[in-house]
Amino acid sequence: MRNAVKFGAVAALMLAGFANAAEPVSDAEIVALMKASFKERGIAKMDRLEQSDLQKQCSTWSGKELPQEVKASLEKAAMDSIVYPADGKYLGDWKEGEKIAQSGRGLQFNDTEKTVAGGNCYACHELSKAEIAFGTIGPSLHNYGKLRGGATEQVLRYTWGRLWNSHAYAACNHMPRFGAAGILTDEQLKDVMALLLDPESPVNQ
Amino acid sequence: MKTRTARAGAAMAALGAVLGAIAIGAPPAAAQEDTKAEIERYREMLQDGNPAELTVLRGEGLWKEKRGPKNASLEECDLGKGPGVVQGAYAELPRHFADVDAVMDAETRIVHCMVALQGFDKAEITKRPFSGTGQRATDIEALTAFVVEESRGVPVNVPQQHPKEIAAYQRGERIFHYRGGPYDFSCASCHEGENKRIRLQDLPELTKSGPAQLAFTTWPAYRVSQGALRTMQWRMYDCFRQQRFPEMVFGSEASIDLITYLGVTAKGGKMDSPAIKR
Repeated sequence: MRNAVKFGAVAALMLAGFANAAEPVSDAEIVALMKASFKERGIAKMDRLEQSDLQKQCSTWSGKELPQEVKASLEKAAMDSIVYPADGKYLGDWKEGEKIAQSGRGLQFNDTEKTVAGGNCYACHELSKAEIAFGTIGPSLHNYGKLRGGATEQVLRYTWGRLWNSHAYAACNHMPRFGAAGILTDEQLKDVMALLLDPESPVNQ
Repeated sequence: MKTRTARAGAAMAALGAVLGAIAIGAPPAAAQEDTKAEIERYREMLQDGNPAELTVLRGEGLWKEKRGPKNASLEECDLGKGPGVVQGAYAELPRHFADVDAVMDAETRIVHCMVALQGFDKAEITKRPFSGTGQRATDIEALTAFVVEESRGVPVNVPQQHPKEIAAYQRGERIFHYRGGPYDFSCASCHEGENKRIRLQDLPELTKSGPAQLAFTTWPAYRVSQGALRTMQWRMYDCFRQQRFPEMVFGSEASIDLITYLGVTAKGGKMDSPAIKR
């Protein structure tokens, strides 16, 4: 008798387990759980947990192959978001660009509105050969300009777009949308452009 | 007790020597391979002694001392293996606890015991769960250091039997891939895919058993660069800071779900904590 009760309890537990395993967790449940697990601090408000369509899709397909139609629609939306410089000038000062590439500051809950955000390029990319502390999440950008034949109009537009909203060229990659998300100013973006494309920049040495 | 204190003292002295050597001996723009070798050497030297041993001692004292409004010790605390059993408990956490019908990780459970057995106010003790740079460990950190030390060498075996344990794992996997904030980052941005590195820091691929084992079994750890003991709850909290998310709440459901996901993936790894890290 006792064994039968025990068996019944175990079977019920297993069934519950299977039911749970078969039933995927809903998006709404995850969003609610995230909101209950974080609190606003300084500049980091709770709206940061609200997912854009891009963030939602890229979360769903994270670690899996992105279906062709999703990829195409996300890339089109990203391409449409790019705002090219109104004055037609793309290149700033590579020396300032190097400082921006080195800085990992900005937009954390212990930063303030006054914190000047960096691009933190070296966290993920190799750029200048002199900087040996570089990450490998993104590809090496050493000789970026040199390998592309310099700052042609096509290269300028592509590079600007890649910095502004990288998903235009590779949906769901992990590079922040430095222009579209307002992380860097136009002036800062131009300095980073110069770091990548100026023949005098250490990136092209 | 005595040997622990003596070893910890020697650890502090050794650490000072290592830091000095690194500061003076840092190579200029040497080749990448030299840098890697230097870092490896630095990591090896760190293993000579761990100041976390002092924190473990303090945690052990706090565990046994009668404290709080109820003037009770934590010796009757049930960490999942029965009241008073500390040995091997950390390696099987997070798990479901029938008394609260919820999944709890080590730190959340310790807080639960401090409230239930000692009568401490939960809001009060969790207001500042983490110590500042170079500061003395908080009570929660010290107690966690003691509890994890008692699992050293024990294989990780985070249970997946209760439906709520299974659900926690499933949600944890989803949260791991949740992209958000101004940088669009998720945990997976850095911790999925092979051979990823931020600057010179290797990133463990936490969806895979081997790297997940290495990560799970070496937290809590003494962080040399911060001069402080850091716990798994802190690891989650600080990753989300760098992800540019709002502040993760200590002991929140998302934190426990993520630790469950990591712990289950790390099954079989041998606990080796408190560790010492850069």
